[in-house]
Order: sequence, then structure tokens, then C-alpha cells
Amino acid sequence: MPCGPFVVRIRTCSEGIADGLHRLYRDFPLIPEGDFVDFEVEVRAPGLLRSVVRPQVGFYCEGRAPFKPLPRHQAFPMLEWGLNWVISTHAHDHLVLHAAVLERGGRALLLSADPGSGKSTLCAGLVHSGWRLLSDELALVELATGRVRPVARPISLKNESIEVVRALGGDVELGTVCPDTTKGAVAHMRPPVDSVVRRHEPALPAWLVFPRFVRGGQLDLQSVGKAQAFMEMVRHAFNYGFLGGSAFDALAGLLDRTTIMRASYGDLGQIVPAIDRLTAADGR
Amino acid sequence: MKRGLRNEGGLIAAVLADPARAHDLDAAGWSMLIGQARNADMLGQLHFRLASGGALGCAPQAARRHLDLAWELSCRHRDAVRWEVFHIATALRKLDVPVVLLKGAAYCLGALPAAEGRVFNDVDIMVPHAALTAVEYALLDAGWIPQVANDYDQRYYRRWMHEIPPLEHKSRGTVLDVHHTIVPPTSGVVPDAGELLRRALPIEGEGWQELAGFRVLAPEDMILHSAAHLFFNEFHKGLRDLFDLHRLLEHFGCRDDFWALLRGRAEETGLSQPLADAVVHCERVFRTPLPEAERARARASLPEGVVGAMRGWMLRRALLPDHPSCSTTDVSLARWMAFVRSHWLRMPPGLLAIHLLHKALRAKE
Repeated sequence: MPCGPFVVRIRTCSEGIADGLHRLYRDFPLIPEGDFVDFEVEVRAPGLLRSVVRPQVGFYCEGRAPFKPLPRHQAFPMLEWGLNWVISTHAHDHLVLHAAVLERGGRALLLSADPGSGKSTLCAGLVHSGWRLLSDELALVELATGRVRPVARPISLKNESIEVVRALGGDVELGTVCPDTTKGAVAHMRPPVDSVVRRHEPALPAWLVFPRFVRGGQLDLQSVGKAQAFMEMVRHAFNYGFLGGSAFDALAGLLDRTTIMRASYGDLGQIVPAIDRLTAADGR
Repeated sequence: MKRGLRNEGGLIAAVLADPARAHDLDAAGWSMLIGQARNADMLGQLHFRLASGGALGCAPQAARRHLDLAWELSCRHRDAVRWEVFHIATALRKLDVPVVLLKGAAYCLGALPAAEGRVFNDVDIMVPHAALTAVEYALLDAGWIPQVANDYDQRYYRRWMHEIPPLEHKSRGTVLDVHHTIVPPTSGVVPDAGELLRRALPIEGEGWQELAGFRVLAPEDMILHSAAHLFFNEFHKGLRDLFDLHRLLEHFGCRDDFWALLRGRAEETGLSQPLADAVVHCERVFRTPLPEAERARARASLPEGVVGAMRGWMLRRALLPDHPSCSTTDVSLARWMAFVRSHWLRMPPGLLAIHLLHKALRAKE
């Protein structure tokens, strides 16, 4: 199966994963047997004991476990976290940023925020209003060109945002809700067919927004200076120190070509039209 | 064919020994090769070997990408190690003690072929035992902090090991191991550390004035240290360490008096056994060129009979890359045996019992 810039082979005997793959990845092509595979991943019980007593599952990449095992019912979220790990620790021909990426009119919008700020919820809201999903979690900035490469995997939603996104309408398809993870309840939203089909089409960033959901809050948009944004994005980069000078250049290039805003809001109904206005008016 | 490859050290070892083998690989073979190389921490060395063997061009684009990224990483590591060593030199300048770079940092600053494509997890240095406390305080002053916090581990290192607990730099996050000799004294093998320091060689090259007091071990001692490190330990990065040895033996082995000198030093330091293991397994896995007499001597000095057969069985498996394509039940058993053996070799039984009891009790906390 394609997984961002890589091809992964997934082995599992978990029904939760089989179900999740069928529902959320159904538009993804299967790579023919015998083609080059970048990573062999497996989700399975860590040992005989843990397949029986308080069953657990572990994520294994080429036989090695980057995380501690989790209870068995969390198999699908674990696969998703594992695939994020595979990309963020190996895609070093890119500057890897913790950010959602959407595209409209050939130009990309990046949403970057700490966990719990409502980034994924906003990402789902923008996808629903017609933006193309490039990624919910990882912005892969090509070092050579500055373009962002799509990942187009499911959007990860937590707790109340699951119902907020479900309420958006009929074209939204969510996977099984998995309660009691370390992040609370988790569910994934299927990426639209168009995003999956166009997963080889990168886009040049034009906007960078730092969103922050404030319960009961009013819409507030502020522009952000490039130096401040730089320091904040270094914090959101997975491989900044790893890449050294080329990461500095890539990030500086990104900030030079984007309009940068901080946005706090209390409701998707406020922020989605505001972003539409911002990006439509910005005729650069 | 698959079984044959496995017994030689996996597909990765076969291709490192003979890059022309890469021409026969299909896409699935390349997937396995890249996976094994990645888990063995040897993608950069594989890039180098394929390039020097004229076989890099036959890598499919997707495999080539992993190789190129690893090569770029190894180049950055090389710069980073030099940068780190300059920081260490600055921290220790006022002490005026000889500092010997060990392992990866020595290959890198000594500009040895073993550094090509290699990545480095930490920097290892050796200083005279008498200067250990002064060196540690100077490093703490300059921003290094001990990685090991609990008292037992601190005591364990200081009392029994050949190094102090690893230090981590507070802002760069780099790890530094400070040794006073090359093998744990508890192993019963006690090379004369003073002699190692006396025989060490200054680092050559332009722009190294800042590293005036810095040295690398003499070639023979460097090889003996590398062999002792590999064959007294648990083969965690076994194949990578064996490849280091292969490249060192290949590089230094063509000097006229080298082998006689190496054997002499092995006897003086008590490290003849790990040297014989290194020679036998380098030749078996990577086809290291050896004088006929040395090959015969090394083979003859290994244990014979049931013990020798068991040992060979275990070492052949422990030196495989840690990858699912090589992980059968017998390999897991061999790895476990190698782990047990490494502790047995490093400590006398009484101390080992106390150490294991401590670890077991603490694991429950």
C-alpha cells in the first residue's frame, strides 16, 4: 500500500485493522506482490502470553518495536501512529513538520499547532468545504523545491471533535470510535477519493495558520512575524536538527512564500469562512 | 540459496563482500537488502561499497533513495563528530592530558576507510586513569551531564567497568564515553593502559592544531580494541562492528610487518582469542584478504570439539543482521546465548550474580 512517500506492506491478524483498512483506505491501490517495499510493518501480539491474558498488540517495523504495546482494541490507532512514525523518522529528503496541509487553486495551506488545539478538526472542516487534503498530521516539505508532498491518509479525530465532524454531513465517513486511548477517544475520517487519487500532486505553500480552538471564543486573526513563526516551526519540525543547514533553508523558504496568521476561534462556522476569505483575498 | 546467504551473514553481508551480487537482485531482494542494512545500521556503508564496486547504478530508484539519504547522513555525521571532538578539546585544553579517540571517532578523525558511510552514536575517548577525575570535572564544567542517575549504576561503572557512566551534552544532546582502558578489568584481561597510551599516534592532517594532545590508538591496538569490543559484548551491532574490523584489517594488513606486530600485541594484551575470532569471522563473512599463515594460525587457535562447535554455531548466528528475514528460532536462541556469554566474560560469577540480582529487583520497581 502507498504510505506518503513510501510503500509499506502491512501484516496483521487483527480484525480491527482489517476493518479499518477496508473502510478508510478503500480508495488506495494495492501494490503488486514483488514490487519494491520500503517498510514491512506488522501489528501483532507481542508474545504468546499477551495474546491471551489482557491481550495487547505491538507495532513492528522490520521486526522492531518503536512503541510499547497497547491493549488489543487500540490496534487501528496504533497502526496509524506507527505509520506516522515510519514517515517522520525516515522521509529525510523532506523537512517533516507537524502540520495539516490542504490545497486549493494549486496553493497549499499549512495548519500547525500543539496537540489539542483543534488542528485536525479544522482540517476535517476545510476538507468538507472543498479543500483537497494533503495531510492531517505531517507536512513533507521537499528540500529541493519547497513544495509539500501529499500523504492523504485518514484524519485522526479525538473526543468531542469526533461528533463535531460527524455532524458536518453525509459525505463524512468515520471509522470505529476507539475509546480509552492515551489521547482519549479516537476515530479516523476517510480521506476523500479526490485526495487519494491526486496523492502524487504536490503543492507550493502560500499560507501558514496557527489555529487555536477556544471554547465559546470569538474569531480572532492576527498576523505573525516571520522570526517568531520560524522559532515556533522549529519546535514543530521532526528532523530539523537531523537535516541541519538544509532544514534551515527549507523552513526559511517556506516562511518567505507564505502569509502567516494566528487564528483563535470558538466554532468551525467562524473559522472556515474566515480562512476562505483570507485565501481568496490573498491574490499574491 | 536463501539458506546459504543466511549462514554467511545475510544478504547484506554477501553484497558487502561482493557488490556484483547486487546485479542479480529483483525488487523483493532489494527490499530485503535495504531492510537488513537499515537494521544493521549499515546503509551508508552499503552505499559506499556499491558505489566503489560499480553496482550502485543497478539499484532501483526507490532503494537508491534510502542509500543516498544514508550516505548524506553519514557525511553529516562525519562533520558532527569533528565538531564534537573540537568541543571536547576545548573543554580539556587546560588539563594538558593525552586524550585518545576510540572506535568511530578515531576512524573518522584518523581518516580511515572504516569511517566511509558509517554513522556514529557517540564519541569514545580514553584518558590516563590518574586523570579521570580531572577530566570528568572539566567535562561537567563544560556542559556535559551524567546520563545515569541511579546510585547502583553509577557505582557499577566506577567500580567495575573500563569507563565512567556516559555523559550527555546538555544542549547538543551528544553522548560521550570516557574510558581509562579498552576492556572491563572484571573480564580478567588487563592490558597495560600506559602502554596503549604510549603507543598511540598523533592525529595527522591540516587544521588539527587545536587537537594537539589528541591521539588514536596504534593500528594493532585499534584492531585489538575493536575485536575485544565485539567479541566480549552481546553483538548488538555485531555485523557493523565486524565490518569495521574487516575494513581495518584490509587497510593495515598490507603493511609488511603488520601481522607479526599484531600477533605480538595480542599476546602482550591477552587479547589473542578475540583477535582469532575477528580474523576467522571477517574472512568467513567478508572474505577479508589474509596471509595464508595467519588464516591457519587463527583457525588453529580457536577452541575445538563440542565447545568449539557450539561457539561457532552461536557466533555465526549472532553476527547476522537483526532483521525478520534472518530471525528464526535458532537465531533467537543464539542471540540469547551471546547475551549470557557477554556477561559471563565480563564478570566473575560472584559479581555477576549480585549484578543480576540487583537488576532483577529493580526491574520490579
